[in-house]
Amino acid sequence: MSEELLRIEDLHVAFSTRRGMVEAVRGVSLNVGAGEMLGLVGESGSGKSVTGFATTRLLDAAGRVTGGKILFRGQDVTKLRGDDLRHLQGAAMSMIFQNPRAALNPIRAIGLQIADAILTHKKISKDAARAEALELLRAVQIRDPEARMNAYPHELSGGMCQRVMIAIAISCNPALLIADEPTTGLDVTTQKVVMDLLADIAAARGMATILITHDLGLAARYCRRIAVMERGRIVEEASPRTLFSTPQHAYTKRLVAASPTATSRIEDLVTEEERERYSAVVSKPRLEPAHGTPPLLEVRKLVKRFDQGSAAVADFSMTMAGGESVGLVGESGSGKSTTSRMICRLIDPSEGDIVFDGQSIGHVASRDFHRSPLRKNIQMVFQDPNESLNPRFTAFDCIAHPLMRLDGMRAGDALRKRVEECADRVGLPLDLLPRFPHQLSGGQKARVGIARAIACRPRLLVLDEPTAALDVSVQAVVLQLLDRLRRENDIALLFVSHDLNVVRMLCDRTIVLRNGGIVEQGDSRALFDNPKTDYTRKLVEAIPHIETGEVLAAAL
Amino acid sequence: MMRAGRRLLSSLPALFGVLVFTFLLMRVLPGDPAVFFASGPNAGKEEIELIRKQMGLNKSVPEQLVYYLSDIGHGNLGRSMMTGQPVLKDLRERLPASLELTFTALLIALIAAVPLGVMAALRPGSVVDHGVRLFCALGVCVPTFVSGLLLIYVFYYLLGLAPDPTGRIDVFTSLPPQRTGFLSIDFLLAGDFEGWWAACKQLILPAVSMALFVIAPLARITRASMLVSLGSDFVRTARSVGLSWRKVVVTYALRNAILPVITIAGIVFSTMLGANVLVEKVFSWPGVASYALDALLSSDYAPVQGFVLLMASLFVLVNLVVDICYGIADPRVSIE
Repeated sequence: MSEELLRIEDLHVAFSTRRGMVEAVRGVSLNVGAGEMLGLVGESGSGKSVTGFATTRLLDAAGRVTGGKILFRGQDVTKLRGDDLRHLQGAAMSMIFQNPRAALNPIRAIGLQIADAILTHKKISKDAARAEALELLRAVQIRDPEARMNAYPHELSGGMCQRVMIAIAISCNPALLIADEPTTGLDVTTQKVVMDLLADIAAARGMATILITHDLGLAARYCRRIAVMERGRIVEEASPRTLFSTPQHAYTKRLVAASPTATSRIEDLVTEEERERYSAVVSKPRLEPAHGTPPLLEVRKLVKRFDQGSAAVADFSMTMAGGESVGLVGESGSGKSTTSRMICRLIDPSEGDIVFDGQSIGHVASRDFHRSPLRKNIQMVFQDPNESLNPRFTAFDCIAHPLMRLDGMRAGDALRKRVEECADRVGLPLDLLPRFPHQLSGGQKARVGIARAIACRPRLLVLDEPTAALDVSVQAVVLQLLDRLRRENDIALLFVSHDLNVVRMLCDRTIVLRNGGIVEQGDSRALFDNPKTDYTRKLVEAIPHIETGEVLAAAL
Repeated sequence: MMRAGRRLLSSLPALFGVLVFTFLLMRVLPGDPAVFFASGPNAGKEEIELIRKQMGLNKSVPEQLVYYLSDIGHGNLGRSMMTGQPVLKDLRERLPASLELTFTALLIALIAAVPLGVMAALRPGSVVDHGVRLFCALGVCVPTFVSGLLLIYVFYYLLGLAPDPTGRIDVFTSLPPQRTGFLSIDFLLAGDFEGWWAACKQLILPAVSMALFVIAPLARITRASMLVSLGSDFVRTARSVGLSWRKVVVTYALRNAILPVITIAGIVFSTMLGANVLVEKVFSWPGVASYALDALLSSDYAPVQGFVLLMASLFVLVNLVVDICYGIADPRVSIE
């Protein structure tokens, strides 16, 4: 390995909370060589970001390094004060953050923000700093950089903002760059472009990089070495190949299994008790619908125009049979969420018709659809399990609410039985029912959201990125749950997602959307293995694949 | 510019509503102006009837309203029975005094409140934070006339630093040529620094006692939005590249935090304009609010209605200015 740049020895970080001190990092040891790219992988709460913040000395006021050393070029970072610290930050090491738009000052032109960083560490004139900022914008491949100098963050896309963030981070040629989930929340194609750019810049400038991510596939694609963190400790450190072919630690095994790959099936994802119940269902053959059954859902030439300008969705048509699962994929702005909301009758289409089970529902105003008897047949699961549950409702209330509103049930034993039955179907322990959302974990909240959606026994479930906010191991369980529910109860699933791996596993058919129009559709497996249009091919290629042992061996 | 014009137009219905409402309110209030303005307590019935006829009070209320509205349309706010002058002229003479007082008070309040709020936000939970909270609580709890009297007692009676609290200027100073109506500015324009100092000395106590009352909301909102700002991702970014403490706090955090303060300052200014009647009374300040109060007590319809119309128009204007300031301070707004 090349010369050592950063060595973390037995780092402990604790946060003081209302319930006393909580240890977020408990004894992490790491080292990073100059110019190396290290992947730091773990699920939420594993302490990976805290490790990064401790290294750059950006911990919140509540967080404190309680033990261990962080040696950067032999100097203990945790002991630096005042000006020494400021010379370190930005000039020697810098950081890129998740959610690039929030990470930039919303009311300061981006050119000025880059110049601010330059002027902090170099004694040059404002004009020279501006010229350098322009050069940096060029380096991060922003189109028309002269004009963009005066742009504000809200005028740029998420990917553009992240490029600006990279420009700020590399402005003073730091030796170490810590990228904390740099592409989470970006479209899959943008993600690839930004990561490629980051890797190129790091290589060209000889910067060492720590890539903090929850996405094993991403880390495997860009890093030579990956450290896996769980609950504040590093449980395994190895090359991507060893990690995937022969994971040593139980947690790594689970994580590797849960990460969807190009070939994985839903049943492969989980190694837990869920599996038994699941395999019992999978083994049962599906009932083929009798010939000539009318489709459950038929969408004809749907168009949605917002106030002015071009159509957000143009000429969208599709059909779905009962119990079928269809994936709707596309990048942000492709109109997939708009389409799903029109089908759910949460917003009104401008043109076109939606026929559900032989009844036209496209012309029922979305405001009145809650009174329609079909409301309970079409239910929705939302993206963010935190935001989509009423914080003042217990899990029980959340599931009971649609039963009372749509099925007209009254509080009592019958309602309790139905709620408990729903909870059981989604695998939610019954003793969690009296809890409020903030007392539940992300996976448990997702289950409550699904239980609420299936409470009235809908025939069509529309899922808008239901697993985007979840950790991979939780995502695996939720996906299995959805597939099981579909098979058990013959619920049709319309699955809106940008995660192609997930769609490939869960959906029989896939529709690819771009700019509000259908680019390609067909059988999922065929579509992904053999994309017909360039756009789909680009999407498929952008997925960070976890290369299996054979592929790597072939490449070597 | 187009947007500003449209905003002004869209506020016309509200102004009209205010007009009609105050007109009706004045008619509902007890008290007969004709009795009040008759020659004396033992004026005869005929005399009162005559005055009533002169004032047009014998007509029905809707008729009176139509006359009133057409007068307003001609820019005629009526005549005050108290001063015998047209209301418009009275208001024009007194408004600068009120505005000067309110502007100065707001300026003092902002200069005090923003640093206080920032200091409290930088060390939440510290002694400084609690000190600021206590000061703000005191400022709100003590009514303005009490704090005004206290200030007079300390600075005029005990220390003798302030001049006697009788109006905008002492009788011996010659007035500068009227340009803006703001004495402190007129003196400066005339090059009369002695007069300027005299005017400022008269202004400072009433302005401070008004400012004390509004420091609390301004400091609290500054503290709250500064806390949000300091905890935001972009401040973390600024720290991550090692920007100086000053730059992080002032350029990054404070400039973002000041946006809600602008909104609150607009609201505070509007309420101050109407609410400074107590201060005007305590300091014998010849402003519009004390004028309107006197008129109200003597059932003098025209000045009260004129005053309310003026306040409503100022309110619309202040809101417009706030919106424009906001548009300048926040690039995200002007785009939409």
